[in-house]
Amino acid sequence: MTDVQARPGTSGDAEQVDHVVIRFAGDSGDGMQLTGERFTTASAVFGNDLATLPDFPAEIRAPTGTIFGVSAFQVQIADHDITNPGDAPSVLVCMNPAALASELHRLEPGGTVIVNSDEFDERNLTKAGYTENPLENDSLAGYKVILVPMTSLTKESVKESGVKPRDAERSKNFFALGLVTWMYTRPLDATLTWIKERFGKNEMVMNANIMAFKAGHAYGETTELAGNRYSIKPAPQTAGVYTSINGNTALAWGLVAAGQLAKLPVFLGSYPITPASDILHELSKHKSFGIRTLQAEDEIAGIGTALGAAFGGQLAVTTTSGPGVALKSETMSLAISLELPLVIVDIQRGGPSTGLPTKTEAADLMMAMYGRHGEAPLPIVASFSPSQCFDAAIEACRIALKYRTPVILLSDGYLANGSEPWLIPDVSTLPDISTTFATEPNHVNETTGEPEHWPYVRDPETLARSWALPGTPGLMHRIGGIEKEDGSGNISYTPENHSHMVDTRAAKVAGIAKDIPEVAVTGDAADADLLVLGWGSTWGAIVTAVDRQRAKGRKVAQAHLTHLNPFPANLGEVLRRYPKVLVPEMNTGHLAKLVRAEFLVDARTVSKVRGVPFTAAEVEAAIEAELERKL
Amino acid sequence: MTDVQVPLTSRKDWQSDQEVRWCPGCGDYSILTAVQLLMPDLGVNRENTVFVSGIGCAARFPYYMNTYGMHSIHGRAPAIATGLAVARPDLDVWVVGGDGDLLSIGGNHLIHALRRNVNLTILMFNNQIYGLTKGQFSPTSALGKVTKSSPMGSLDAPFNPLAVALGAGATFVARTHDMDRPHMQEMMRRAHAHKGAAFVEIFQNCNVFNDGQFETLTTRANRDDMLIPLEHGQPVRFGKEKEKGVIISSDGAAHIVNVADVGEDAILIHDEARPEPGLAFMLAHLASSVNEPTPVGVFRAVETTEYADANAKQLAAAQERSGAGDLSALLHSLPTWEV
Repeated sequence: MTDVQARPGTSGDAEQVDHVVIRFAGDSGDGMQLTGERFTTASAVFGNDLATLPDFPAEIRAPTGTIFGVSAFQVQIADHDITNPGDAPSVLVCMNPAALASELHRLEPGGTVIVNSDEFDERNLTKAGYTENPLENDSLAGYKVILVPMTSLTKESVKESGVKPRDAERSKNFFALGLVTWMYTRPLDATLTWIKERFGKNEMVMNANIMAFKAGHAYGETTELAGNRYSIKPAPQTAGVYTSINGNTALAWGLVAAGQLAKLPVFLGSYPITPASDILHELSKHKSFGIRTLQAEDEIAGIGTALGAAFGGQLAVTTTSGPGVALKSETMSLAISLELPLVIVDIQRGGPSTGLPTKTEAADLMMAMYGRHGEAPLPIVASFSPSQCFDAAIEACRIALKYRTPVILLSDGYLANGSEPWLIPDVSTLPDISTTFATEPNHVNETTGEPEHWPYVRDPETLARSWALPGTPGLMHRIGGIEKEDGSGNISYTPENHSHMVDTRAAKVAGIAKDIPEVAVTGDAADADLLVLGWGSTWGAIVTAVDRQRAKGRKVAQAHLTHLNPFPANLGEVLRRYPKVLVPEMNTGHLAKLVRAEFLVDARTVSKVRGVPFTAAEVEAAIEAELERKL
Repeated sequence: MTDVQVPLTSRKDWQSDQEVRWCPGCGDYSILTAVQLLMPDLGVNRENTVFVSGIGCAARFPYYMNTYGMHSIHGRAPAIATGLAVARPDLDVWVVGGDGDLLSIGGNHLIHALRRNVNLTILMFNNQIYGLTKGQFSPTSALGKVTKSSPMGSLDAPFNPLAVALGAGATFVARTHDMDRPHMQEMMRRAHAHKGAAFVEIFQNCNVFNDGQFETLTTRANRDDMLIPLEHGQPVRFGKEKEKGVIISSDGAAHIVNVADVGEDAILIHDEARPEPGLAFMLAHLASSVNEPTPVGVFRAVETTEYADANAKQLAAAQERSGAGDLSALLHSLPTWEV
């Protein structure tokens, strides 16, 4: 064990590195998510590229000091373009023994572990399952260990603030943040400004946090943790204004934008569910945009109220996670039958049932495709990075409005909570997704000779039906879930009509393929031995893995789907172009099954269902194995 | 403010061109007629009127009205109508459903629509049976009811629909029956005029699966003695000579008495506007079956904040405070940096 505790009197310049992966881990009550987010923001403002992976337990406040109460936050910061939060962390910050016990296995060999040594008393060690103090034996051999008595130093540093001794140690996450801020030469201003804004209402707490943060920084500075200071240059980025954004915020803003671009008020009917609730929270803040949010009595009422609002002509959305999608299934089928625009957002999590509510998975694709009664196809859009959730939301709304159809938008827990820098778009460059409503009758009643409105008269190009809003004189009509005659919309049970309507609803969705971009192939598009096909949040790990494999001389191409129903028009041709197709998925092979069925290609699955995203190394290993497999 | 002219209409204008397909003799016909005849008198436009229903015999109702309409999913009409009424407060939204639709599969949505006090006029046709699925007991069927799915008698204690509505905090609760058009229309008129969620229970005869269920109450010969008309500010009395009445006795319960025995002054004066629902709740429980004298009329009518109105006020207040939403400003609202 290398003890690099304080060595006063020595000095050293920061060593320049091109990236670092830091993992903050502590008890659920230790504020690790907040610490990680602040470090991320400071790094983003500094100009690094970054990607984050919050990893927290389902329990709101698990018993203190236990392994299952450990909350962690991983962030990769780099001086170049990165797409994922890194594989193994090179630095692990552990606030207690449980964090060390739970997270040490992730640390790369020779990595640095910063430990709050104050918490390693017998009680906490026992709770974490240690029979011996790992700081006092050789269990940390092979790592660089930095012992810092953070709790006592924090208590000492905040004395002047006036907070009670019992509350003083609650600032220790800011001490840790200050220390890491020093180690990675982050600017202090952004964090100080944030503390002042966030805690301004309680001056005592604000001062305590500022004092702890500065003390942590000063601890690095004065004790000179020699050889432990690094700098990471800003990443070269396209010129413009950036912000650091997570997937749920980006998705919510995408919905706000869609309302503006469609010139329609947004209506969200939603029932709280992890990890989707933050979209409800975010949209409920933006009433000045005319956005109505209704927290419904259940998932069914969430989509039911949204469907009612859609009938009334609003841009209707419901947000949920897998169990909620199951409950909404019947209403989605009604929306398909009514041919009304509606966006169903599914922030996927580990299942089945309650499963892993705070952990990520992408195993709802088959449910999105087929999880309804009857022949009930609907378009599916999937986002692939936190910031791209903004564009995906606009695209889902565009398709819903243009084709009068419910659309499922798939994201997942990793995208929802993960952050990355986002080049804020110029709003004038965003697409116009406005639609038109019927204003005049489109038919003459054969019996009465009176003009009337037929709700199922279709646009010949899109097959979208005529949409007349309640309140429009002369266009009164009734729609319902019973099969209706194409054109008039009157109830019809004839075999010919039902067959025609099933085909028409399917053709309408299939026809959207003409209206979405072809899938792009990157990497060795011309002569790859293997195509890696992905969808959703696997994108970041796949991009890194393919880059590394190509750097090692292997011929690999990559394609990533943002539209899963219908598939891009060229997908079949692309898949058949390569001898091997590998599909990494956070499920047991949903997309692979779909492309095998649709295109008769021998797509192979690499599956991960462990509640955490793929690492690039895992995808690399799968690529290598597949390349070696004899055909 | 412009004066909106509502053109004069007749029953015919409110009838759609669709053939009505209920069983001949069904009580639904008389309810449909009552509504179609009432609409021209309500001072509303057809295009601003929407009927939303779930599934069941009653739920076919929207197809027969020349208004906007949606025939939706079993039980979900109150939720769908809530979304429509909140999104479009300019519309007149009606919900039509049966006892199975609104109290069994849709019970949850009904109570939440009522407690939110969304501006909906909810007509619940109560025939105490499942009709469209051909004769199973419903959540309002009496205990012991013999049906296809309960050959030895139902084991389910029934819901008291008005007590459910009152328990959910409904601000307007009324009861009527399909044999008395003027009374039905008066209840509908009152329910429509109510700002908030209005719940009207209509005893409705299913002549195929539960024929004559309400005859003890609703035939002309029985009405005087078996229906207790509730009128605001009036003593609660009934009988051919108004010889019977309702009192609240010292045990805190409502009882039916001979007026002559207790004196006129002892008879309960109905007050539909009482802020607390206790009296209405007691009257809702006065009869425990169709064999006992049963109150009809408006049990409760209190004005309080309507949901869509409150929602619109929040939106207006937000715009007042920060101006109309500015998308570019929103996208720059987190910490930003320039490259």
